[in-house]
Amino acid sequence: MSMFGQVFVKNNQYKIKGDFHHLTPNQPIRNADDSWQLMGVTNPRDMTYIHSYGGEAVFFKSLCQGKLMATRCDNPDCESRGTIYQPFRIHCMECLGKNTVIDMTDLAKNTATIHTFMVCNRSGAFTILDKPIKFINIEFDGVATILMSYLSIGEPDIGMKVVPIFKKSSPTYTILDLSWVPAGTPESELPEGFGF
Amino acid sequence: MIKFSEEQLKIPKMMKPVYLVTAGQSKFDRAFPGKRTEELCIDALTQAAELIDMTPAELKSYIHTAYYGHFADHFGDQLLGEAVIHDRLGLDPLGTIGVKTGGATGGSTIWEAVKAVASGYSDCALAMGWERMDEVPTDEGNFLISCAADKDWETPLGHIYTGYYAVMAQKYWKVFGKEEDSFRKTLAEIAVKHRGYARMNPYAHGSMNITVDDVLESPVVAFPLRALDCCLMSVGAACCIICDEATAMKLTRNTKNKPLRVWVAAGSHTLRPADRRDMEIPLLPNETADLYKDLGERFPGGDRYPGFTGFLAARMACWYGYRMAGITDPMEDLDVIELHDAFTISDVQTYEDIGLRPYGEGRDFVESGDCYHTNPHTGQSGRLPSNLSGGLIGCMHAVGATGIMQVFEIATHLWNRWAEIHGDEKRWKSFDREKPADWTDLQVKGAKRALAISHAGVGSHVTSTILMDPDHLLKQDV
Repeated sequence: MSMFGQVFVKNNQYKIKGDFHHLTPNQPIRNADDSWQLMGVTNPRDMTYIHSYGGEAVFFKSLCQGKLMATRCDNPDCESRGTIYQPFRIHCMECLGKNTVIDMTDLAKNTATIHTFMVCNRSGAFTILDKPIKFINIEFDGVATILMSYLSIGEPDIGMKVVPIFKKSSPTYTILDLSWVPAGTPESELPEGFGF
Repeated sequence: MIKFSEEQLKIPKMMKPVYLVTAGQSKFDRAFPGKRTEELCIDALTQAAELIDMTPAELKSYIHTAYYGHFADHFGDQLLGEAVIHDRLGLDPLGTIGVKTGGATGGSTIWEAVKAVASGYSDCALAMGWERMDEVPTDEGNFLISCAADKDWETPLGHIYTGYYAVMAQKYWKVFGKEEDSFRKTLAEIAVKHRGYARMNPYAHGSMNITVDDVLESPVVAFPLRALDCCLMSVGAACCIICDEATAMKLTRNTKNKPLRVWVAAGSHTLRPADRRDMEIPLLPNETADLYKDLGERFPGGDRYPGFTGFLAARMACWYGYRMAGITDPMEDLDVIELHDAFTISDVQTYEDIGLRPYGEGRDFVESGDCYHTNPHTGQSGRLPSNLSGGLIGCMHAVGATGIMQVFEIATHLWNRWAEIHGDEKRWKSFDREKPADWTDLQVKGAKRALAISHAGVGSHVTSTILMDPDHLLKQDV
């Protein structure tokens, strides 16, 4: 019986166990219009990547704790000093100094507004979210950039006030652990596993 | 606020004049079950040789270095595919390099070839691009394309690139389209135009005779963008030959191809639209600051630049490119253009980025009839016909080849060979396509200067390729 590939880090090295790929036989591709002559083959492949969040790990681990982390350049010699970035940027794009990690959860709860949005009826393979997916781009007071995420409840509109919700139960540890609902939504209506 | 230093704003300079001598392309299609990629590349190089009355072997004997544009290794499941093609073209042991800048890969590939010749490293360089997008099902293809978004922050949100453009479409429609239905119809008109022009192009695989209502009633992919607003997913190859003056004259002697002066400039911007910070609008030669002093009053929300409504990379590619080539007003100085119409909305956005209309007024390029071969309102020639190939919506988007296809197309106008190449009955038959009974000659009469915009992601990389008849230059730069 196979098990999902699992990874942990020990002594700064990846340690892996389980199955990282699954063998499936290739199949011939034949031409139905020409006596089923051979045209090619399928090449099935099921792989598991090992991906480091690096300096962004604090952002992703904080989501399931109900916190939205951002960064700010505090270099006194940088023209961009004081600029707050969401999406989280590890380094300042001007001076390339290490940004300070800040908690902007309250700022998001109080000032998040939909900058633009779209409703996605088709998605690519491997999408976990149910369709239609309501992409929203969110602006915050005092933040230089505009975060892309998704709305879990209601219909989006430009200028709508929204608040963050976090997947605190069974988190995926991906950006999908962060979602948004219209301001004033009661906690009882949130999707399973999510909380404010 | 993004600011640029004087050094960063230096106008690029080439050490010598550079010429486009010939170009070629394969048939484009959604799938080629019966052809390997190398066969498509050989088709393209063979046509490039034929257009200057040479055999492929004769043309190859002039090539000194080769630049290959191939974006998505994971589509074709072949790393170092450039080496495979280089070998199959019989160009070993010449120096070669692969170029990858997403949807702008074709334009970037020409950029590299032009720089090689301009520097004197090579007298003749091959720029060849291709893409193999038929080796996975379409939904997996959409997933693979979405990997060109940020994989931790954006890709998981739907795994479909149309979504990343749809948020821009929504914002643009609200701010500059003033939420008018007429703006949405203008977007649809672009899809009708491009699929209609593709009907006259034997290389194209997205030709359709449709109406605005057909577009507006097509299935929603990511609202407000519908299926017929979106570009094709294609397979095919295209190439061009870049030379110095002496080699260009030699290769084109007694042929129908006149060597064309070529300039390429490039710009870039964040992979994630989320990371765009506000800045002042960099002005093109045909603009003044006064043009935008009340932009936010005329279009509330429109003063956040580039925001989600403009492509800074396209603006900078032309900011550099126009000054390199002496273009002071693209509407006056250019005769034909090919733009990267990945989606109808990005076509409109680009009209503004490249200075065909001021920011906020892009729709007028369509509504005035300027963008047509023949202006539907006047019956006269369009002022600056765009995407007569059918573009990415009607002709193809075989990513690594796309920017080179665009240059092939504009060059055929400058060579006055558009009808010969696109109207050839034998070509239609060899592609197993039926030439329409109402086939129309789309040659832009007297075309002397042209532009192609090659564009990646949601504006991460953009190149502007400018071609000119050497007897109709706007400035003597070298």
